[in-house]
Amino acid sequence: MNPKEYKYTQEHEWICPEPENKGKVGITDYAQSQLGDVVFVDLPPPGSQVEHLKKMGEIESVKAVSDLFAPVSGRVLEINQAVINEPALVNQDPYGDGWLVRLELSNPSELDALMDSDKYDEFVSRLNEEGSE
Amino acid sequence: MPSPYLPNTDADRTAMLREIGVGSIEELFQDIPQEFRNVHFKLPPPLSELELKEELRQLSNRNTNLEDYACFLGAGYYRHFIPSVVGHIISRSEFYTAYTPYQAEVSQGTLQTIYEFQSLVCQLTGMEVSNAGMYDGSTAAAEAALMACRVTKRDKVAVMSTIHPKYYEVVETYAKGHSISLEKVESNLDGLPSDCACLIVPQPNFFGYFENMEACVQKAHDIGALLIVIVDPISLGMFKPPGDYGADIVVAEGQALGNPISFGGPGVGIFACRKEYLRQMPGRIVGKTVDADGQTGYVMTLVTREQHIRRERATSNICTSEALVALAATVYLATLGKTGLRQVAELCYHKAHYAADAISKLKGYSLVFQQPFFKEFVVRCPAKPHLINNALFQESIIGGLDLSYILDNSMLLCVTEMNTKEEIDRLVEILGTFYRN
Amino acid sequence: MGHHYLLPDISRPGRIGCSLPRLDVSPSELPPEELLRQELDLPEVSEVDVVRYFTALSKLNYGVDTGFYPLGSCTMKYNPRLHEDIAQLPGFASIHPYQPVKSVQGALQLMFELQQYLAEITGMHATSLAPMAGAHGELASILLVKAYHHTRGDKLRKKILVPDSSHGTNPATAAMCGFEVDTVPSDNEGNVDLNSLESMMNEEVAAVTLTIPNTLGLFDPQIAEISRLVHERGGLLCGDGANLNSLLGKVKFGDLGIDCVQVNLHKTFSTPHGGGGPGSGPICVKTNLAQFLPSPLVTRNGKEYTFTTPPKSIGRLGASYGNFGVMVKAYAYIRTLGAKGLKEVSENAVLNANYLKEKLKGYYHLPYDRTCMHEVVFSGKKQKAKGVKTLDIAKRLLDYGFHPPTIYFPLVVNEALMTEPTETESKETLDAYIDAMKQIAREADENPEILHTAPHNTPVRRLDEVRAARQPDLRWRMGKHY
Repeated sequence: MNPKEYKYTQEHEWICPEPENKGKVGITDYAQSQLGDVVFVDLPPPGSQVEHLKKMGEIESVKAVSDLFAPVSGRVLEINQAVINEPALVNQDPYGDGWLVRLELSNPSELDALMDSDKYDEFVSRLNEEGSE
Repeated sequence: MPSPYLPNTDADRTAMLREIGVGSIEELFQDIPQEFRNVHFKLPPPLSELELKEELRQLSNRNTNLEDYACFLGAGYYRHFIPSVVGHIISRSEFYTAYTPYQAEVSQGTLQTIYEFQSLVCQLTGMEVSNAGMYDGSTAAAEAALMACRVTKRDKVAVMSTIHPKYYEVVETYAKGHSISLEKVESNLDGLPSDCACLIVPQPNFFGYFENMEACVQKAHDIGALLIVIVDPISLGMFKPPGDYGADIVVAEGQALGNPISFGGPGVGIFACRKEYLRQMPGRIVGKTVDADGQTGYVMTLVTREQHIRRERATSNICTSEALVALAATVYLATLGKTGLRQVAELCYHKAHYAADAISKLKGYSLVFQQPFFKEFVVRCPAKPHLINNALFQESIIGGLDLSYILDNSMLLCVTEMNTKEEIDRLVEILGTFYRN
Repeated sequence: MGHHYLLPDISRPGRIGCSLPRLDVSPSELPPEELLRQELDLPEVSEVDVVRYFTALSKLNYGVDTGFYPLGSCTMKYNPRLHEDIAQLPGFASIHPYQPVKSVQGALQLMFELQQYLAEITGMHATSLAPMAGAHGELASILLVKAYHHTRGDKLRKKILVPDSSHGTNPATAAMCGFEVDTVPSDNEGNVDLNSLESMMNEEVAAVTLTIPNTLGLFDPQIAEISRLVHERGGLLCGDGANLNSLLGKVKFGDLGIDCVQVNLHKTFSTPHGGGGPGSGPICVKTNLAQFLPSPLVTRNGKEYTFTTPPKSIGRLGASYGNFGVMVKAYAYIRTLGAKGLKEVSENAVLNANYLKEKLKGYYHLPYDRTCMHEVVFSGKKQKAKGVKTLDIAKRLLDYGFHPPTIYFPLVVNEALMTEPTETESKETLDAYIDAMKQIAREADENPEILHTAPHNTPVRRLDEVRAARQPDLRWRMGKHY
């Protein structure tokens, strides 16, 4: 389910590496299902700096607010205006049209600290087990 | 003696204890260490309804009330006409015994009336969005200052010196919590700090006079600060709404809209702002939506701003506000409507100017300020205001606010649609006796 | 059927809802044009329209007068009618806060005595009636804590500790006062985990805020130990008095080691909730904190009452003295009950809650199977396993004619159903509620679909909150057609 070529954080963000040290960032399917219907996204403005695993924004559903953490450090190149206008995209297509920001990575080696898709699948299975206890 | 508020009888209690499996109610308090339980409380013995009603009636008679005395005192709390319908509607117990409308399906009465309140406030103030109300005008002003600091990410608040002095104190209290500094600026805006988050301006000001809002908007926006305007909602029946001249946040005390003065509380804090600041606005907000059958309905919305979701990152800690007072304001505005509110404002304006004119002609009296005013004005008196007020009191009149602490021998007088020509003439007559050669 | 029209829909040019007198003085010159407004776009409706409209809306509401309202921690008890009459007496309703003090001695006497009664009831020494709601009282408490440490010259205390079961206002208030908030976990019994508290309570902590009994409806028997620990290490113990209904006339917060506590007149003291206010949240403090109380206080000198400002007051919380109109009702309540009556309140409240607990614990998961106080917290866990959420249970209760309990709070219980019957409910009402809840548990087994789509019998069905948040429609505009 989770795209093989993406990398994942423990806070359920993904990053899809792109050529020239760039990357697209979003939240995972697990995250969107936990959150419920997304009603608002608060993203860092283009040009701003973000830091590896530090809070860079917020995602709101009707009854909850979730912090959005930067998977890697870098500069924000663009944000997904479509999601700003239609937050439902995050629920409908979290790995595609529901992407949030595009970054220029300042330290690509940070990608190695993240989980690959197999590890993330395991991580989510464990969470699901704990949840049903 | 059984209590009318406790339906359970001894038989009921016995049956319930049996089901629970304990021998006495006291056993249910077992988690409380013995030494803390059943201590002595020194309180007066209970009274029956009949006795209590009489005792409190007598206690209330020890207060001079504004139905018996003519009132020329304002200063933020006003005696305005309350149409009979208001009291009857807010006395409907479906409204006043309901809780905060968390279960929207059975709270459409509360929710739709809040939507009406929000709409009417926006129409009145010319602003784009409003919340469901805050505690009072002063705390609304304080919360507006905090909001401006959040929006601009600055920590200094500029307040015009002509603000209600108690409002200033309240903003101070709230600012202390956040290590926000306050600075007073004069009406001419000299020395307005270039790093302030907002400029708070009363319109009309505490003394009843209109400030130069064009300059305020200009200067505030030039330095990237928000303009917060504190208004008299009745004045908006006649005077330009802050939304028209570029205010960012508008706050007000809503008591004047259909609520008795009630010794200063409860009132309701009106709070409205520009759409772009919606997510930073504190307080409850009600929105229109549809239900599962496609029917129109109302819910509390954008709740993620509030304390029960965001907890320590909430826009405010406010939970219970002043819903019933806001409902009274809603009914009042609906009842008076487009023509009625304008009429009330004009009655206040003309009666106040009639009074000011007559008083200014009295020997020894003068009007302290020359700017346009609405329903309050300041007079310099030939004797100490408290002596004048004593004399007025003997004649069943409550005189204006003694301003001697900032302006020698000066008094802040208020005239509303409730003051008849006879009352005003009587006031002038008695004031006229104070001239000493 | 909901109510489909709004004021602009029934507005017609020329209608007005009340008559006003004509101007009886000669008019003055109007102010400059630029100060005046051109358009005042408010609806125009007749008095008949106003009455019909708001009457129709009121019928869509469920209040305590409609029926059982077991919202946990809200104490939705019956609101005595006597209080409404008394608050409307002209000598209470038509007095100005700034009129001469000698002309409102009756009001000051009432406030003074209420200050005393609340101090006595909470076992404290001084009261401020200034806060206009519970959260406002909490704000005062935390500002007081800040002032206290500042006066001691102690600049290290930057934290407030709150239990993980605390109401959202607790951390929100702490943050409003510039404090960091740390959460103390609960143990398996629902009490404060003393070991955690022990490791967290240090010289950086200004105060610990506890709701007593806690939001699980449980009285923490370790209270003396908690108090000792907090005070030994220089902190203050603040109480959130929202749950006072369980202790009225029986236990004093002051005896438990609480230094300051806010009470809710619109909960414990029977003043009506109003659909979201007005409330009143006075705070009561021990002697050492009295100097910091918000101003003004009412003091008595011989037979005369006056307002005074405590020497190191944290300042004003409002432009007058608090919600006087609410104080009148609470005062009347205390004078009606007396000490014995207050005790009967808490005893019956606790009895009613324990009865519900016993009767429903076979049907709904009870996370803490121990004696509760005035409220009991169930979990919809068993039903969740069948795909029925607590939300569905709550919505189905509406079909049975009951207001549901508080749901999804406290956060430490999964699918929480926080149920507070109060003492003003009869055994028959409780039994009817119990039957409804049993029915719903059965439906969760046999017919879950009816729960998923509940409510069915209410003026509107389940509302689209997602749409309300995504497409905010927060007001009408005149002239817009619906």
